[in-house]
Amino acid sequence: MHAALRWWPIAPLITLLVAPYSALPVPGLLDGPLGSPGSLQLIALCLLYGALATGYDLLLGRTGLLSFGHALYFATGLYGTDLGMLELRLPFAAAAAFGVACTALLALLLGSVSLRVTGIGFSMVTLAFAQAGAILVQRNPGGVTGGEEGRSAPAELLPSGLLGIENTANLYWIAVGYLVLTVAAVHWAVHSPAGRVWEGIKENERRVEVLGLRPYGYKLVAFVLSGALAGVGGVVYLLLTGGATPQAAGSDATLALLVMVVLGGTGTRWGPLLGGVLYTWAGHRLGDLANSNAVADLPAVLRVPLSQPLFLLGALFVAVVYLLPGGLAGLPARIRAARSARSVRTPTGVPAARPTGGTPA
Amino acid sequence: MVIDGLHILHGVDFDVASAGVTALLGRNGAGKTTTVKAVMGLVPRTGSIRLSGAEISSLSTHLVVRHGIGYAPEDRGIFAGLTVAENLRLAEREVRGGAEAGEPNYALVHELFPELKARAGQLAGTLSGGQQQMVAIGRTLLNRNRLIIADEPTKGLAPKIVSEVAEVLARAAEAVPVLLVEQNLALVRRLAGTCAVLADGRTAHRGDTAELLADEEAARRLLGVGSRHPLAGGPRSSSTSSAASPAATPVVTTEVRP
Amino acid sequence: MDTVVLLSCTGLGLGALYFLVASGLSLIFGLMDVLNFAHGALLSIGAYATWWAGTEAGFSFWLAVPFGTLVGTAAAVMLELFLIRPLYSRPRDQILATVGVGLAVPALLMGIWGADARPFPQPALLAGTWHVLGATVPVNRFVLLAAAALLLLTLRLFLARTRYGLIVRAGVEDRAMVTALGIDVRRAFTLVFAIGGAAAALGGALGGLYFGSVNPGQGTSLLIFAFVVVVMGGMGSVTGAAAASAGVGLVQQFANYYTGTGLGDLSVVVLLAVLLLVRPRGLTGRLA
Repeated sequence: MHAALRWWPIAPLITLLVAPYSALPVPGLLDGPLGSPGSLQLIALCLLYGALATGYDLLLGRTGLLSFGHALYFATGLYGTDLGMLELRLPFAAAAAFGVACTALLALLLGSVSLRVTGIGFSMVTLAFAQAGAILVQRNPGGVTGGEEGRSAPAELLPSGLLGIENTANLYWIAVGYLVLTVAAVHWAVHSPAGRVWEGIKENERRVEVLGLRPYGYKLVAFVLSGALAGVGGVVYLLLTGGATPQAAGSDATLALLVMVVLGGTGTRWGPLLGGVLYTWAGHRLGDLANSNAVADLPAVLRVPLSQPLFLLGALFVAVVYLLPGGLAGLPARIRAARSARSVRTPTGVPAARPTGGTPA
Repeated sequence: MVIDGLHILHGVDFDVASAGVTALLGRNGAGKTTTVKAVMGLVPRTGSIRLSGAEISSLSTHLVVRHGIGYAPEDRGIFAGLTVAENLRLAEREVRGGAEAGEPNYALVHELFPELKARAGQLAGTLSGGQQQMVAIGRTLLNRNRLIIADEPTKGLAPKIVSEVAEVLARAAEAVPVLLVEQNLALVRRLAGTCAVLADGRTAHRGDTAELLADEEAARRLLGVGSRHPLAGGPRSSSTSSAASPAATPVVTTEVRP
Repeated sequence: MDTVVLLSCTGLGLGALYFLVASGLSLIFGLMDVLNFAHGALLSIGAYATWWAGTEAGFSFWLAVPFGTLVGTAAAVMLELFLIRPLYSRPRDQILATVGVGLAVPALLMGIWGADARPFPQPALLAGTWHVLGATVPVNRFVLLAAAALLLLTLRLFLARTRYGLIVRAGVEDRAMVTALGIDVRRAFTLVFAIGGAAAALGGALGGLYFGSVNPGQGTSLLIFAFVVVVMGGMGSVTGAAAASAGVGLVQQFANYYTGTGLGDLSVVVLLAVLLLVRPRGLTGRLA
């Protein structure tokens, strides 16, 4: 690869960083101009979910662990930080550190338990733990979590630069920063020696054992790292939305992450990010669409499904699984393959390629 | 062919004699089990597999079996939680039209393996290795097959049981051709008239078993333990293998003539 | 005393409901390795079809329940034929496809009939209470228990006595070997989906009695406890699922009553974690 091409992500990053200074209207994609608080808020949420999906893919796409409980760690970062301020009266930075530390600790504890089972058993255990977390948050023990209502972040403990609609750009930059952090952390981890073991675990866990390595420890590292990244995401979410709500902990939140990753393409560098951004954007736009007059005037057969974003997303998910294995990130390769298959019709009777001895294909 | 990313099977080409036992030989990892799994459709494959003239290489496993193949796999494939009788009953094949096969031949199975009758109600998982192998072979004898494939039926068995199994195979081969994957060369010498030898995922030799085993040098080169020799001759590109197939599927050309 | 009796009956009734969902889930998973995330949706379809037949269509309750069960069964068969079957070579994608259905169906139900709970028709015969050892217990608890017991008996007979039962039991052990005996195991797949769908839809219909209403999210919330039951009972084991269902239902009710709402649900999860640590293969680890 050409050396200069390796740095192409710099260009979109700069674009992202200067977006708040732009008044470019983007009709169809966004309601207001690019730099308006409403647009920045939506883009920040998109980037946040793109980063969350990227962190989640560390488990799903890189290590082959299908966790159904990732929302728990997101919610722990979210509630941990919020309650650190509300209950412990910590300043924001300390509360954020507290929230992330709680998340990492919880991921370590629950990961060490759930990773004792493999395969689908692991999925179920993570789901059960996440459900326990969701129940706990909903039931509002001791009035701490605020139950269904959730709890707003205390304005007096937040830095003034992060408050108010005129400071949306600062929140937006934090979201960009979180995205860069996640992408860099995942990239670094995947290319570390541990990352190669993760790849081996994903392909065939037995063979990793045969090599004398214990997959358990490596999987736990992936689990904790991925959980901690989600915890940081929870902190960013708290800033963006100004409070913690129980929806963040529900199993739907994990399933949404799963949809994002699969939509974008598991195990690819940019796929989960792309999936997260698209899903979040589509979720908001579909919500608008559902309430729009265009839909309200349709006959019931069309109106009812179109008015349900979750229905559309569920159906879209099934369609992606069927028609687009490998997700959006795999699309260019599929198109190229289809094109070359059409142009270079393999003539029959060509001697079979000599197999290269022992190299796994 | 890639099995767990470890093994490649490429141009396998051999015929099974229309009567008696044909042995499929080769060192550990030569691709013998993969070859029979490819014949059974248990792994994806390309190439041509003909049974009494009928092309079966595109059929899924259960249809391959219904063409008349009895299969006793390497790990015996018995159902540990089912009784001996249930294991056998599962192998009964419904016959459509009733023109051919007829009733499952329990008389033959119980004559050859009286123990299976006595232990009909016992859970197969509690049987000894030899008894489990009897169940596995018994299942292939229950239906009237055109071919029986036995993958290392004597592996891990006591010498006395080995000769019992050999008796049964010899007897079965009187009625149905048998393709036998085997490491025990004494047994092969006794049972198999013809053989095919696999090495590095290709057919390295085909011919008369006695001749091959008499030629000490060839036997050591093809079957012997010790240092791995690069095989004489390049890769065979099998005559019917369909062109430039990606190395992910085994090319097996096999013919069983009636 | 009467509290204990009431809690036991309610717990067992809830356990019976779990069993109706978990038995099919367990069979499907045991045979096909598919964790069916759409199973809750099948329950919801059964519940709404029964509710619709019993109210809007004006059927009697006794006709509405078989109707709902039938609709749920049909939905399960279609799910297997059109969604699961084309993905046989991609096991993870099978699970993901069911996740998609599990999201879409409740949303669709919400779109058609709204997010609010709808009161469920209660026939006079089942609306009353029975006096058991000094406790007043709603009759519907016993209806659920009877249905679960009947299902357990039927499934055990099916597995032990029929050829397809034999195929299912063998398939749970080694699916490839079943096909290598000349059996088209895909028919057994469709069959277990039909059985699982019927049981879940019946669970939806009778769950409407238990809860007094139907809402779109009911199936999904029950599904999670059904997963817990399946893991505890040993995946693929019907008897194990029955035992685990009763255990989970009882623990949940007692803990919710004596320690505080929500703690029962939590204790179930803790129980699951402990069990997996001690016995990673579940209670039985084998089909029976």
